[in-house]
Amino acid sequence: MAAFDEVRQLKKDHPRSLTMCGHVGFESLPDQLVDRSIQQGFCFNILCVGETGIGKSTLINTLFNTNFEELESSHFCPCVRLRAQTYELQESNVRLKLTVVNTVGFGDQINKEESYQPIIDYIDDQFEAYLQEELKIKRTLFNYHDSRIHVCLYFIAPTGHSLRTLDLITMKSLDSKVNIIPLIAKADTISKSELQKFKMKLMSELVINGVQIYQFPTDDETTAKINGAMNGHLPFAVVGSMDEVQVGNKMVKARQYPWGIVQVENENHCDFVKLREMLICTNMEDLREQTHARHYELYRRCKLEEMGFADVGPENKPLSMLAPGLQETYEAKRHEFYGERQRKEEEMKQMFVQRVKEKEAILKEAERELQAKFEHLKRIHQEERMKLEEKRRILEEESIAFSKKKATCDLFQSQSFMAEGSSIKKDRDRKNFNFM
Amino acid sequence: MSKGLPEARTDTAMSELVPEPRPKPAVPMKPVSINSNLLGYIGIDTIIEQMRKKTMKTGFDFNIMVVGQSGLGKSTLVNTLFKSQVSRKASSWNREEKIPKTVEIKAIGHVIEEGGVKMKLTVIDTPGFGDQINNENCWEPIEKYINEQYEKFLKEEVNIARKKRIPDTRVHCCLYFISPTGHSLRPLDLEFMKHLSKVVNIIPVIAKADTMTLEEKSEFKQRVRKELEVNGIEFYPQKEFDEDLEDKTENDKIRQESMPFAVVGSDKEYQVNGKRVLGRKTPWGIIEVENLHHCEFALLRDFVIRTHLQDLKEVTHNIHYETYRAKRLNDNGGLPPGEGLLGTVLPPVPATPCPTAE
Repeated sequence: MAAFDEVRQLKKDHPRSLTMCGHVGFESLPDQLVDRSIQQGFCFNILCVGETGIGKSTLINTLFNTNFEELESSHFCPCVRLRAQTYELQESNVRLKLTVVNTVGFGDQINKEESYQPIIDYIDDQFEAYLQEELKIKRTLFNYHDSRIHVCLYFIAPTGHSLRTLDLITMKSLDSKVNIIPLIAKADTISKSELQKFKMKLMSELVINGVQIYQFPTDDETTAKINGAMNGHLPFAVVGSMDEVQVGNKMVKARQYPWGIVQVENENHCDFVKLREMLICTNMEDLREQTHARHYELYRRCKLEEMGFADVGPENKPLSMLAPGLQETYEAKRHEFYGERQRKEEEMKQMFVQRVKEKEAILKEAERELQAKFEHLKRIHQEERMKLEEKRRILEEESIAFSKKKATCDLFQSQSFMAEGSSIKKDRDRKNFNFM
Repeated sequence: MSKGLPEARTDTAMSELVPEPRPKPAVPMKPVSINSNLLGYIGIDTIIEQMRKKTMKTGFDFNIMVVGQSGLGKSTLVNTLFKSQVSRKASSWNREEKIPKTVEIKAIGHVIEEGGVKMKLTVIDTPGFGDQINNENCWEPIEKYINEQYEKFLKEEVNIARKKRIPDTRVHCCLYFISPTGHSLRPLDLEFMKHLSKVVNIIPVIAKADTMTLEEKSEFKQRVRKELEVNGIEFYPQKEFDEDLEDKTENDKIRQESMPFAVVGSDKEYQVNGKRVLGRKTPWGIIEVENLHHCEFALLRDFVIRTHLQDLKEVTHNIHYETYRAKRLNDNGGLPPGEGLLGTVLPPVPATPCPTAE
């Protein structure tokens, strides 16, 4: 029995190979996967870094054989900005969402110290957006429009001498965040011999300074040879043009000079074809994978460690973000956060109470004032009233006195009248008598 | 509800209770469709080839679980599906082994290769299901196993330093074997499917279909379909996950006509009309497994392997796994809060009296 169990255990650990005696049909599995991806569509995001006027937009137009609407940018931007535009391209049954991000104003400022920071911030922001989506509880990763930068085309000015300091610093800070493919722009200003020397100088400078540019993968047999060869041609010296010129009996994309015609797709003239081949036809999928598996994972790891998580805690016990209540950092952070929030609540409460008190005091004051006024007014009113009462009394007394007087006067008058009346009558009679 | 965590509140304005929104990352503008045809060939469609090469190199995982009472022909069917001795048949077990007291879960992995495509196939067998006298809750060990696989995957995903390719042991497909009684579904069948159709893709299969005549078969299928519908059991392909009209019509046809597949399995070959075919020999004739007139094995095989394998994996990953993850994180109080991340995850803030002064 024991042997039986052992055999079974062995089977579990090392899956044995089976041979099938017939056709099962799962070799269509990659096709099923591919069909799925075609249905969903692909995303590809290119970041172009280079000075204004170095030919970034023209090169992208030439690469994708389309005239994307790009206005010429001015040289007078106060800071470096990134402008992203998304296009939907379709070739046979493949739909590609291409996003081209341009740096506007790179290398134009007098003080270039802050030039590369906006670029790094942009790249980090895309990673952050993806990380946030990944950490959500309800997430929709399969529908997510991936905006992470898959490749950075770095345009080096064709001075013929060496890398500029700005280039070096920018590339050094970008190399751990994005796949960099360095290009020599406007390569038709350099002669062939100078170009060789320039390329070697550039590569050696990059190596000496430890800048990790993107290496084309050489692990797959079909592409190993060509990728290996291309790795030796970096940086690609490119020329971009959408104008067509007649050469022989064909119309080709080229730049016409008085001394000759520089053909974009002629391998002797420039490395444009190599770039297109490498970027699109051979390694687009690998670029996407590297971005996700290397650069994004690195970002994620750093970000989570920054937040205080670790996979292995003290005493080397494996910690997990999922273990409820076990992780000390989790608890600590939680306490910290809640403590902070408590404190702020208290603060707010205090402020509230304070304000209420103040308001109350003001209101009380106003009330008191009003009260005082009221009292005052009342008193005045009382006084007036008393005065009036006084006056009325006096008036009444006077009127009584007056009426009394009147009464006595009347009486007196009537008395005298009667007396007089009789005397008057007597007089009248006498008069009348006399008269008569 | 505001998106980011409230930043450090300054003591200045009380009215600024709304936390500063975290500056949104520069998002690309709405996609502009280039209507014009690309002037010339660029080579974008080579990405298909690149992708295919990559996936072939990494290989595929597929985990299939078979559930049903013993003697229904589960192991034989799996062997027939993958045309090799994937499972050891019960009949060849040592006689001294007893029937297990509870449902056991046995997962056996194999590597098979075809046409340059490597597949790591794991067959998960469930001996003991439905075999006891009291079968209450016999689906629980199975549910537990499925959730354990989700848990394993989630733990790996949540790690800080993740593996490049997380090993996928989640159950992509569960074949449930229905006994060919000819009447209707048993209560055990209904209970099992009710519980598990929410966590895994269930494909109901009528086993030993050679015991039914054609009319009995179609009647039984109709009845089973009806019962499943009445009980609200969504088997794979689920109606709610049909993405576009094309999918819907295709899946509707499968759902309403072919499923549940009535299958016969066999790993023995016989000579029929000069060809060697897999079949079962009976006194009254040879039942050809891959003959569509005899049984629907070929339909099942094409459905599971040739057309919907990738879809099974995707539904498991995008829907069942995400449901499990959401539930798990919710129960845990959400992932620990961090600066600027997961503002939506915090437990609800208790209502503080809103200052109404002024």
